[in-house]
Amino acid sequence: MSSGALPSKIAERPDTVLRDELRTTGMVWLRELIRFERTRTRILSGLIQPILFLIVLGYGMSGLVGSTAGFDFKKFMFPGIMAMSVVTTAIFSGMSIVWDREFGFLREMLVAPTSRASLALGKTAGGASVAAVQGTIMLVLAPLIGVHLTVVLVLEIIGLELLMAIALTAFGVFVASHIERMEGFQVVMQMLLFPMIFLSGALFPLNGLPGWLTVLTRVNPLTYAVAPLRQVVFAAQHMPPAARKRFPATVEVFGHTLSIGTEIGIVVVFAAIFIALAIRGFSRTQ
Amino acid sequence: MASTVTSDARPEAAAPASRPCVIDVRDLTRRFGEFTAVDAISFDVREGEVFAFLGPNGAGKSTTINMLCTLARPTAGHVTIAGFDVATRPKAVRRNIGLVFQDQTLDDRLTAQENLRFHAVLYRVPSGEVDARIARVLELVDLSDRRYDLVSEFSGGMARRLEIARALMHVPRVLFLDEPTIGLDPQTRTLMWEDVLRLREEANVTVFLTTHYMDEAEYADRIAIIDRGKIVALDTPQALKAQIGADTVDLGTTDDAAAIAALQRAGYRVEPVSGEARVFVENGENAVAALIETVGVPVLNVHVHRPTLDDVFLHYTGRQIREAHADAIPARVRAWHGRRR
Repeated sequence: MSSGALPSKIAERPDTVLRDELRTTGMVWLRELIRFERTRTRILSGLIQPILFLIVLGYGMSGLVGSTAGFDFKKFMFPGIMAMSVVTTAIFSGMSIVWDREFGFLREMLVAPTSRASLALGKTAGGASVAAVQGTIMLVLAPLIGVHLTVVLVLEIIGLELLMAIALTAFGVFVASHIERMEGFQVVMQMLLFPMIFLSGALFPLNGLPGWLTVLTRVNPLTYAVAPLRQVVFAAQHMPPAARKRFPATVEVFGHTLSIGTEIGIVVVFAAIFIALAIRGFSRTQ
Repeated sequence: MASTVTSDARPEAAAPASRPCVIDVRDLTRRFGEFTAVDAISFDVREGEVFAFLGPNGAGKSTTINMLCTLARPTAGHVTIAGFDVATRPKAVRRNIGLVFQDQTLDDRLTAQENLRFHAVLYRVPSGEVDARIARVLELVDLSDRRYDLVSEFSGGMARRLEIARALMHVPRVLFLDEPTIGLDPQTRTLMWEDVLRLREEANVTVFLTTHYMDEAEYADRIAIIDRGKIVALDTPQALKAQIGADTVDLGTTDDAAAIAALQRAGYRVEPVSGEARVFVENGENAVAALIETVGVPVLNVHVHRPTLDDVFLHYTGRQIREAHADAIPARVRAWHGRRR
């Protein structure tokens, strides 16, 4: 065993510092995946809420809204429900730091001789991966709804889900780093998560809304994450022009229809901001 | 107060200057507003020592250990751990120390091995050495057969031992244990102490622990008694007890009056206590043979009493330690502990 000549072995060399920090990020990421894989019930319960929305709202509203050229409200909702599943899982994963604190493991991470940024990034990457997986599992419902899938579409969906998940998990990490107790978590979920989902266009088209509602949906970052997802799904469906007009997938801001590239760009900017906030918040956590 | 006094039969335990100093604390102070939690304390700990901080809750133990571990900033004073200043080189300090907190900090959804691997990466254990280290530390705490089990299936004592194993993953110079046996049953405490003493022997690790259990402090090479933020006494357990009074030997004989008379003639200080002869001597155990010879009548029973740390604590602080220990450490460990010396 060692007797004391340790400091030389653990000297800080610049070329190994980056590699060590990356290993840390990878390890924190891996832990999130292992925990996700071990909590099958969480995966299941994560499916139930979106399915309920899809059945209750989708089928219920379809009767009211009717269909245009074979395209109905269920198909319109489907990408939104997928986004809802990703967002919920992502924020939950980011905020699992509150659990880590409650059960003590956060302390094991915080006292380690490693940079807080590596920890925050690992937590974000892990939560985002889990959320993307959870959202992608939703695709098994596609045939049931009548949504046509192609390989390219599935890859596009996974990519967009990952981007959205990174932004929202980082947001969750940021919020959690400012929450000391479990009660705070409930409050945040009620006050932030549900309004964000309801005002994102996940559940209804965003055009022709009253002015105040238009403003609220346009300042909601989630709006720009839901729209691209719906656009790529719709692009792969057979939709006559009448159906496209009835069920618009795009977002208009000041009369301009945003391109999918602009929307993705907006989400990337939000993701970068949230990651920066997450790192800062986590670095200050005691 | 005595700092590194060696007035006892165990000089090797009292911080021999030959061994390097791994913890050096000078005038360490921590104030919270008007309240001084830690008041200019100074001490040093030598390599391979088991050093105990003994005191009631609120005496400043946790504040001190937090400052030593870089988790709290000193208001004044200096601390170096393994040669690194806690104020200027906190990361270097953390790489050289292992921490076990009062509250559990394991992920119970992970297996023992996964918890250890996580720690290894965060503490920069070279990838090639991780597997061997995991096997080694699990062996040290006797959990090798639980390597692939989920921590949620562990008992409280096993979890605590796994935490100690984890703290040793990165081969620390000093192992900090904050109230390590709190909430554990006596048998588990026994096992944990076997682990700790074995670590010192096999891993050559220095152990710094806080406790408010007297019987636990007894295992330390040296004890610092802390009260109201100050170190009121610091020495080996034996020396501390020797400072406050002599041993007593109670002798029950067939003729106590004759026995007392004989002992007094031989120059012993004797008092009759509930019919028996109570003799005050320097070292009770060593004096027994001579006493039995002196009394000249058949001896029925002998009882040797040494001053306890409870007596010591009372002497230095003027009160009993709160939450006094209810259960003494079982005899098995005492025997085992005795063999080591």
